[in-house]
Parts: sequence; structure tokens; C-alpha cells
Amino acid sequence: MPESILNGLFFYVLAVVILGGAIMTITRRNAVHSAIWLVVTLMGVAGLYLHLNAEFLAAVQILVYIGGIMVLFLFVIMLVNLDEAAKQRQFNRQWSLALICTLVVLVEFGFFLMRGAGSFAFAEPGQGALKPNTELMAVALFQDYLLPFEIASLLLLVAILGAVLMAKKEI
Amino acid sequence: MPFSFPPSIEPFVLPALYIVILVAVFPLIAGYIVLLERKVMADIQVRLGPMRVGPHGLLQPIADAVKLLIKEDIIPAKADRMVFWLAPVISVVTALVALSLVPFSKYFFVADTNVGLLFLLSITSVGILGIILGGWSSNSHYPLLGALRSTAQLVSYEVALGFALIGGLMVAGTLSMQQMVHAQLEQQMWFIFYQPVAFVIYFIAALAETNRTPFDMPEAESEIVAGYHTEYSGFRFALYFLAEYANMVVVSSIAVTLFLGGWLRPFPNVRLLDFLNYAPILAMFVLAFFVFLGASRERRPIDKMGLAGLGAVCALIGLLFLVPAVLDWVQGLFWFVLKVFLVLYTFIWIRFTVPRYRYDQLMRIGWRWLIPLAMANVIVTAIVMILF
Repeated sequence: MPESILNGLFFYVLAVVILGGAIMTITRRNAVHSAIWLVVTLMGVAGLYLHLNAEFLAAVQILVYIGGIMVLFLFVIMLVNLDEAAKQRQFNRQWSLALICTLVVLVEFGFFLMRGAGSFAFAEPGQGALKPNTELMAVALFQDYLLPFEIASLLLLVAILGAVLMAKKEI
Repeated sequence: MPFSFPPSIEPFVLPALYIVILVAVFPLIAGYIVLLERKVMADIQVRLGPMRVGPHGLLQPIADAVKLLIKEDIIPAKADRMVFWLAPVISVVTALVALSLVPFSKYFFVADTNVGLLFLLSITSVGILGIILGGWSSNSHYPLLGALRSTAQLVSYEVALGFALIGGLMVAGTLSMQQMVHAQLEQQMWFIFYQPVAFVIYFIAALAETNRTPFDMPEAESEIVAGYHTEYSGFRFALYFLAEYANMVVVSSIAVTLFLGGWLRPFPNVRLLDFLNYAPILAMFVLAFFVFLGASRERRPIDKMGLAGLGAVCALIGLLFLVPAVLDWVQGLFWFVLKVFLVLYTFIWIRFTVPRYRYDQLMRIGWRWLIPLAMANVIVTAIVMILF
């Protein structure tokens, strides 16, 4: 069955891109390099959405996270003088403790993977019913879950006002 | 059909062919848009413009391209080499990918997804990264200033751009680029007449998005040399240039598709004007006539021969269009390209007519005028659509 092999291949390639990008993000010393690798990770996530036939979500992921948030990240990184920070020590020297913690988590994960191996399966992409992607999204946001959506937007507004208040010296 | 592809790859054959055509032909077209820009600039400034290479400077873009390709490739000593290498690639790849979603005609398009316009916007917003990273990695003052300016400008104007497009989308009722054109065919109206405010806002925001005058702060020559690409030379500079012109074509294409009827001819529903279907043939023969006229006025024999050859090619293409199948295929493409070039001409016209804004003026226009106006337009459109 070439279809399912292709699906699996896409998933694993995207998984490698996402995880590789994430590891590179936290290990780079230069903040701009970290930001570039984070962009790669976010792109991979958008690819996963696309792989699951969620085109709207994929497009919005790129538009909001890469086109908006990452651009502002880079803007801030360039405005702040990071040469000093790059020279300072960026990692804690607590190898032994970190190793123990990681091992415990690893054993935990391994245990759960062993127990639930049978229930793992690839998420099935939605069939024809998911076709009008944008409309479904709109109905979900503006009809079924209107109140939570409005509350979330109000919270964001409060956050924006707070940021403006902090940035402004006198009001 | 004597030859056909296996069904598993059949749907990918035509798009792949179109991709190859676009990637191969587009740099040439971009070169000729540059020539058009220089000729229009010369005309506005009462000069002749490039005249030396080929008749009327028609081979100038090729000479420019060769010059850029064989120039020395300089990387500043303290530049971040990897990012310096990556930045123009990001710019040019995103610009060319965006072209894949443009509906050039009923038949000639690479992909038509149900979130087409949204994808176009997201891809072009990734293109900003190329500018920022290019400015940062040069490790030099002017590029960094240019990159900072362009980031602030692009992020500000993207909001107005998005809201202006929402106005058009509400009338169209779809995000797919092909469906937008069909919606205009069904409603028998170009959406610019339903959404004039949205079109004007979109046009201004598009000027800012493509860093064109009067919003060309990111590369203002008189202030910061050349902005984000000051340290780039040779082929890398050519890539930035290509990306810039590809972006111009993409934003013009969005304007044409959403507001100006896409690949439809004017008044597609009026039977009386059906003779407009033969406009491509007429255009080719008129072009051939003027080229022959020009050839007769040339002094140098080589120019005479070159222009005569060009005229013969135009006439031959015109003859080819006489075949109904070919005419049908070319029909949409002709009107689309014509409209895109009219929008591009307006871009160029504005560049040599309007002086550059100051930075605070630019921000004031964006935040105080365009965004509230675009929001009001969306609200008014919604109310009108609910009421009627």
C-alpha cells in the first residue's frame, strides 16, 4: 500500500524536522540562530497540520507564528544587545542531577510505551466531511464556542493594555 | 489521446510543467519589468533611458543579468556566513512559491487550494524573514537599520492589508483564488465596485509591503545607502532583486484576482462585446505593426534586423492565436497579464511622482488611518450584507 507508506514517511520526516529544530533551538549560543531553528520547528508543525488535512490551521500557523511572532522575536533580539549575554555562561553545571531526572522520565516513558503499545496509531486525516475547512472553523469559533472565544479575546486585550501601560512612562 | 500518464501521477504532470515554466521564465519577465521601470522613469523624467544594448535597450536586462552573475561575490569579514547565505534564499524561495497560487488563467495555475489567499499571505509573511536576516547577518549599520525599518513597516501594514482583503473576501465568500474569479463572473461585477475603499487600502498597503516609494524607507538610498541589501553583491543581490519583483507581481496578482476580475475579460456577460475575445490577436498584430515601424526607423543594420525579427515573431504568434483552441487557452492569460501590468505600471508611476514619507508619517498613516478605515469597511460591509 504505497498510500500509507507515503503517509508514514511524511509523518516521520516532519517529526525529525520538528524535533531536530527544537533541539537546535535550545542548544545554539546565538539568539538569532535559535530563532531561525524555532522557525524550522514551527514550519514542521504547520506541515503536520497540512498532513492531517487541516489547511486553514496550517496557513494560520505560518501566518501568526512565523510571519507575526517570530518576526517580532527577531525584531526584539536585534534591538537588544546580546553580545554581552553570549559571553556569559548560559547553562547550569548540574549534570548529575539532570541525568537522574532524565533517566527517571525515560523509564516512565518507556513503561507507558510498553503498556500501551497496542493503542498507538496514526491519526486519521479527516475525509470529505472536513472539506470546507474555513467554514467549519468559523462555525466552531463563532457559534458553538462563542463565549469562550470572547473571553479569550478579552484576556488578550487585557494583556495588551498591560503591556502598553508598562511600556509607557507617563499616562 | 495517443499517450497518457498512469493515473497515480497524472494530476501532478501539468502543475509540474507549469512550475518549470514559471521558474524558468519568471526571472526573464522580472528583468523586463526592470527595463519597463527604467523606461517609464526615463519617460517621466524626459530622458530616453537605456538605448545602447539592442534596439531601444531591449537586451539590457540580459546584459544586466550577465553582469550580476559574473561579478565578484563579496561576503563581509565579520558577517554571519550561514545566515548571510540563507537570507536571500528565503526571500527568493518564498516569492516564487507564492507565484504557484496565482491563477493566471482558467487553465494556467499550479495549485488551487481552498485556503489559497490565506496561504499566499502566510508565504509572503515568511518572506520578511529574508529581509530581517539579511540585514542582521551583514553585521553592518545601514543594513541593520534597513532591516529594523522594514520589519516595523511590514508588521504594521500587514494588519491593514489583511483587513482590506477581508472586505473583498466577504463579498467573494471564498478563499480559493479560482473561486474568487468565478464569483465575480456569477455576480456580474468586479469586486472593486463593491469594495472601492478596500481596494484603495489594499493598494496603499501593498505599496508598503513591497517597499515601494512612497514607503521605501527600508532601502532609502539618500538615508541608509541601500538598506538591508547594502552588503550584498553579485548573484545574491540579484536574488534579492528577483524576490522584490516577484513580490510586486504577487501583490498585483492578488489585487487583480480579488478586485479586478482576474482572468475575465471586461463585461464577460455582455454578448454584444464578444468581439473582445479576439483582443489577443489584435494586440499581437498591432504590436508587430509598431515593431516593424520601429525597425524601418533604425539606423544600424543589426538593430533593423533584430526588430524585424521581433516583429515577425509577434505576427507569427498572432497567426497562431487564430487557431480557436489556442485562442481559448491564451484568452484568460492575456487579460490577466494585461491587468497585472496595468497595476505594475501604476506602481512605477507612483514611484516617480510621489516623494518618500518620513518614518513617523509612515507609521501614522498605517495605524491612525488605514487600520481604522479598513476595520470600518469590514463592519459596514457586514451590516450591508446582512440587511440586503
